[in-house]
Amino acid sequence: MLNLTDYLSIAPFLVIALTGAAVLLFDLVFPKNKNLLIGTSLLGIVGAAFLTGRLWFQYAEGFSFTVSGDRFALLFEYVLLIIAGLSVLLSDRYLQLKNINHGEYYALLLFSTSGAMLMASAKELILIFVGLEILSIALYILAGFARTEEKSEEAAIKYLLLGAFSSAFFLYGIALIYGGTGLLTGLHGQPAPTTQLDHIASIVMLHGFNAYVVAGIALLFVGLFFKAAIVPFHVWSPDVYQGAPTCVTAFMSAAVKAAAFAVLIRITETFLQIDPSEFGVTSDVARQLALAHHVITGVLWAFAAITMIVGNVVALWQTDIKRMLAYSSVAHAGYILVGVLASNDQGRSAVLFYALIYAIMNLGAFGIVMLLSDEKQERSRIDDFKGLAYKHPFTAVLMSIFMFSLAGIPPAAGFFAKLYLFSAAVQAGDPGIAVLGLLASVVGVYYYLMVVVKMWMVPEDRDITTLTWSWGSRVAVLICASATLLLFLFASPVISTFSGSDVTVSADDYSAASAAPVEPVAPPKALAVQPHVIGATAIAQR
Amino acid sequence: MVTVAPTPGDYLPLLILILMGAFIAVLLVALSWILGPKQPSVEKLSPYECGVTPVGTARDRFPIKFYLIAMLFILFDIETVFLYPWAILYRNNAYLSRGFLLGEMTVFIAILFVGYIYIWKKGALDWE
Amino acid sequence: MAMAPVHIPLFYYLIVSAILFALGTIGVIVRRNAIIMFMCIELMLNAVNLSLVAFSRYLSDIGGQLMVIFVMAVAAAEVAVGLGIIVSIFRNRESINIDTLDVMKG
Repeated sequence: MLNLTDYLSIAPFLVIALTGAAVLLFDLVFPKNKNLLIGTSLLGIVGAAFLTGRLWFQYAEGFSFTVSGDRFALLFEYVLLIIAGLSVLLSDRYLQLKNINHGEYYALLLFSTSGAMLMASAKELILIFVGLEILSIALYILAGFARTEEKSEEAAIKYLLLGAFSSAFFLYGIALIYGGTGLLTGLHGQPAPTTQLDHIASIVMLHGFNAYVVAGIALLFVGLFFKAAIVPFHVWSPDVYQGAPTCVTAFMSAAVKAAAFAVLIRITETFLQIDPSEFGVTSDVARQLALAHHVITGVLWAFAAITMIVGNVVALWQTDIKRMLAYSSVAHAGYILVGVLASNDQGRSAVLFYALIYAIMNLGAFGIVMLLSDEKQERSRIDDFKGLAYKHPFTAVLMSIFMFSLAGIPPAAGFFAKLYLFSAAVQAGDPGIAVLGLLASVVGVYYYLMVVVKMWMVPEDRDITTLTWSWGSRVAVLICASATLLLFLFASPVISTFSGSDVTVSADDYSAASAAPVEPVAPPKALAVQPHVIGATAIAQR
Repeated sequence: MVTVAPTPGDYLPLLILILMGAFIAVLLVALSWILGPKQPSVEKLSPYECGVTPVGTARDRFPIKFYLIAMLFILFDIETVFLYPWAILYRNNAYLSRGFLLGEMTVFIAILFVGYIYIWKKGALDWE
Repeated sequence: MAMAPVHIPLFYYLIVSAILFALGTIGVIVRRNAIIMFMCIELMLNAVNLSLVAFSRYLSDIGGQLMVIFVMAVAAAEVAVGLGIIVSIFRNRESINIDTLDVMKG
């Protein structure tokens, strides 16, 4: 029987999705009152945060262990909730300016968040796929939310075509792993095809790899690299970031990245956490596992290196700030990949910390970019920041904080975020990539500081008379700025909370999974529905 | 049961079927072209529209409403697919009570219904 | 005439599926009409469905068929959104050629 634990484990994103539906209905009944929608959304987010906190103390793993309640998932859920909350606050005024203040915006934002949260906590590939699609489909619409603007529509169609294209790769990967694991176990008894990461890990550990599984893993990575905008799968991101309404870009850059990297870590660790040395080097399977370890780390190393370099170098030439931040986000994806590569506890917590800091500073920076626009025109050239400090020194200070943080210069949290990532790489015995990352971020300093220089040292050639603050964006940007500074001061307690957040196959999970890797499969009848398909195994045992 | 893998020979009937089909199609068209008397007139050369003289061009743009209805149809149509596995599970399973299964499906339908109310109130179903 | 029933091996299905997937991929890369590109993506998804069903049948595990249903639902949602965006673009610019969508460069 399904019991309360199952529903508890999905409660946070269930609440977010239901809040989205409620927002849709409220918008029908009270079409004029947008503050009601904002309030409802924030209430839902707070409720979901509360439920996530409950899971923190009462571990729940639901639906035949396909939805995880591990610390890793919960922390990512928190990061995503923070992103959603800040985005809701930031958007209000900008939507009014662009005359696209429709209630659907908040609903789609929440749906998208629920998909991202599902991705972060799912331990089953089809569930991850469904989460990915919930996240993406809502974002396709949001990217084209300014329907009358050519740029926005162009962003939407590009994002849609490339996003759906990459989903197809991801899906093919799932199908091949499903069949591959079945064929692997089939050789030794009952076939037990599976898409559960725990089971895949134990099957691979017992039987090694076959061509299907290898191709499947490769395709999964291609799909995820598209979503996370890793070079050379990043081509969509500058156009989409520039064309989409700025508030959507802010949300997209933070949330998609966080969710994609949560999945990337889970999948990578499924195959990397298996320690071949436990088996002795003689066995054939152990040799395969060791080889897989080498190949996966090698591939990730190469992608991390090229992403950091290309992202930072191409960003130097950008004249549009949204485009510049898009390439900067490509570069940051490269940094985060360094943490994934480290694949140890420190790497994991560093990735989490980075996802949080990146979200906060990036949302803040986009929040300031939004302020420059007014009813007449959208201002997103870097030159539009010229002389901002003379008219609006406080805003310029805030923007400088975000730029320093993105560049990784103290006293901003971005410094520690980078430090933890690179030291995780060093600890994992890979100082080379850390040095490369350091060099790449030195290049990055140039274009971030360029914005600061333009604000403070170049006299204005255009009058920025009014900035369009609203109470929401004021609160959100101030939260971002103070969090960026405070997390610099309190980095170490936060990071120690994050460490020890085990993923998928933690030590104890793992022995349990390997003890009973294959669920007993009923002999195939005509259309007998096997219980584990519906998610009913292990429930009977409870 | 002994089964064998197919050899290329097993596909021969398929090939013959395709060839026969193509042959008959070509034959009929060719025969009517060769044997039929040809006295073209304006009426005969115009596109055939059930014997009625065509009005305007066939390449007009469809009203946007058709697309809207079609899109909504796809969505609601596909959601019914989920009823099939549910129905099979409802009939034969030993793990879950029927009341629970009925409840699950009610929730599913309810969510769809929210979507329905939304598009209805938004006026997506009004033709004019 | 009694014959042993012919049983098409799993491999054949996988080959067909891989070919369809490759065709879809090439289509997305080569074609420039947004609707055709979209159809090619659908082709890719359905190629995967074929793989899933073939595996499911071969391994006598119903899970694969269940996944197909999820994929179909997801694909339908994607189509609805995609067509919506394409119709909206067509209304604005009278063209759905991807190459004309070049407001942004760089």
